[in-house]
Amino acid sequence: MTGTVTGVERIAAAFADSGKRAALMPYLMGGFPDLATSRAIGEAYADAGADLVELGIPFSDPLADGPVIHAAATSALAADATVDGVLDVGAALAERLPVVIMCYANIVYARGFETFVDALREHGVSGLIVPDLPLEEAPVLLELCDERGIALVPLVAPTTPDERLRRIGAGARGFLYTVSVTGTTGERGALVDVEAILRRAAAATVVPVALGFGIATPEQAAAAADAGAAGVIVGSRLVRAASEAADPVAEVHALVAAMAAALR
Amino acid sequence: MITSVEHRFGPYGGQYVPETLMPALAELEAAWLDASRDPEFTTRLDELLRDYAGRATPLYLAERLSEVGGRPIYLKREDLLHTGAHKINNALGQALLAKRMGKRRVIAETGAGQHGVATATACALLDIECVVYMGTEDMRRQKPNVERMGLLGATVEPVEAGSRTLKEACSAAIRDWVTNVATTHYVLGTAAGPAPYPAIVRDLQRVIGEETRAQILEKEGRLPQRVIACVGGGSNAIGIFTPFTADVEVELIGVEAAGEGLETGRHGAPLTAGNRPGVLHGAYEPIMQDDDGQILEAHSISAGLDYPGVGPEHAWLRDTGRARYEAISDRDALAALQRVAKLEGIIPALESSHALAWALANGGSELDVVCLSGRGDKDLAQVLEMIARDGGA
Repeated sequence: MTGTVTGVERIAAAFADSGKRAALMPYLMGGFPDLATSRAIGEAYADAGADLVELGIPFSDPLADGPVIHAAATSALAADATVDGVLDVGAALAERLPVVIMCYANIVYARGFETFVDALREHGVSGLIVPDLPLEEAPVLLELCDERGIALVPLVAPTTPDERLRRIGAGARGFLYTVSVTGTTGERGALVDVEAILRRAAAATVVPVALGFGIATPEQAAAAADAGAAGVIVGSRLVRAASEAADPVAEVHALVAAMAAALR
Repeated sequence: MITSVEHRFGPYGGQYVPETLMPALAELEAAWLDASRDPEFTTRLDELLRDYAGRATPLYLAERLSEVGGRPIYLKREDLLHTGAHKINNALGQALLAKRMGKRRVIAETGAGQHGVATATACALLDIECVVYMGTEDMRRQKPNVERMGLLGATVEPVEAGSRTLKEACSAAIRDWVTNVATTHYVLGTAAGPAPYPAIVRDLQRVIGEETRAQILEKEGRLPQRVIACVGGGSNAIGIFTPFTADVEVELIGVEAAGEGLETGRHGAPLTAGNRPGVLHGAYEPIMQDDDGQILEAHSISAGLDYPGVGPEHAWLRDTGRARYEAISDRDALAALQRVAKLEGIIPALESSHALAWALANGGSELDVVCLSGRGDKDLAQVLEMIARDGGA
């Protein structure tokens, strides 16, 4: 179904046509607890009303992640998750909704930039997030992604100064991943000052602004939309469900459905 | 003292960190450039290095070692510094810098515990809160250092992830920094990590080489044929090498940990083994990794060399041919420790024992300097256990 539609276009359409106040983008740890279950969890996201999926490739040393996602990555690798295996999960999910791959820089370096980005396109992946590839290190990968219509999505943090935020926003493709807190991924009690964070991010870019890190409940998802987020990313809460629930697929379906409802 | 801060050494180095930290790296670089040009800062650091840490350290002609080696072998006695290793040079400098930047809290990673102890010491002296991340396997191997850090008022945070050694401690420290960056300075202990760390740590450690160069000229009237130092991340090596890099006749030899043997994959020698470059802990450098790019666990008898990456400047010194890198096995390092103890009455750290083992095994030089980067007291329990098990050397 990707055909002539580029990844960048698919992502734009997912934001524009979500039918919600903000597009819902759940995070999925590829290969956790195993490849087949992770695919089933991704399908459940789509069934429950997700608009896009952020698919993580597990990495041995995930510096931007808190304990829940770190542990899931370690466990996925122990269960022999490979980059190819996770990309196959991505290809299956791309039949349903746009897939944005999240992986650390060394995964991209290990395969070689061009080979890696080609593999993304072959698997129908629409976008790529590399949390440890900041603005200064990104130009070569950005050019390769642009040539293939894949959105290289940058992150901005509360610590990012205004001038730098403008430069990142200008180079953003797909959406601008706005980190809600100074910290690693993980569930948090309340969203603080996100309205100002979102306003600042939106002023710096023409692409939609999605808020991530620390969003774990339907109430927080709704609050993010109220505060001006065009997209809401939910990670650790769902990974924790995949880890703890007796029936992970049913559990994540219920969680994502509740968040989707809260955004309608 | 400093004219610029390099971000790259050839293709190596860079800044591969979460966006949250990028402004902190810029702030650190600016603060360092400013401090290193400020006589008040450099004078204070020089005073502390001299009166508190015990610099200059002697350059000692190890006579019995020289007899065995068939040429004069000098030892640069960083083991005589306060806290027992070269790590205090960097820790004092960065703790002073943290104070200057108004950071009230300092974090550090440690493998052997030497950098953790040095940082805890500097923080006690300067009245800064100190948290040290340490793998639980290293805590077991280096129990006395864990206890020392506690006495010095630091909090040791045990790290249970992965191999429970230096790599995981580093990752945990970076995650803490991502969360507490506003109040916290990360005192990285080796010449690796994202820019500006490799340059800052090198410039805080180059005092080793500056002293050595002046001392050998005074004692021998000429430069050494070879300068030999162990390399984990590579801070003592880059410190002693740097003042000699323009002296092209001086061979620079970095000694990595061959662990159980390069062919077994259980080593800590990415430069010698020719491991592919990749990104680890914020820098692009040769690292031990699988085909997918997952970082592999290093192995070394020595907790300080038990690391799958290496400082980016060393990779560039290797590629340009300016320095040469070799590797020494666990067994040979342990044997060298015992030999040097009996020959010289000096118990070297297991890390430094790798450099000594290489010097003992490789003649063909007229005048050698070995960096004795630390003392072996911290290793006693482990060494005695291994000697009891394997019969020692």
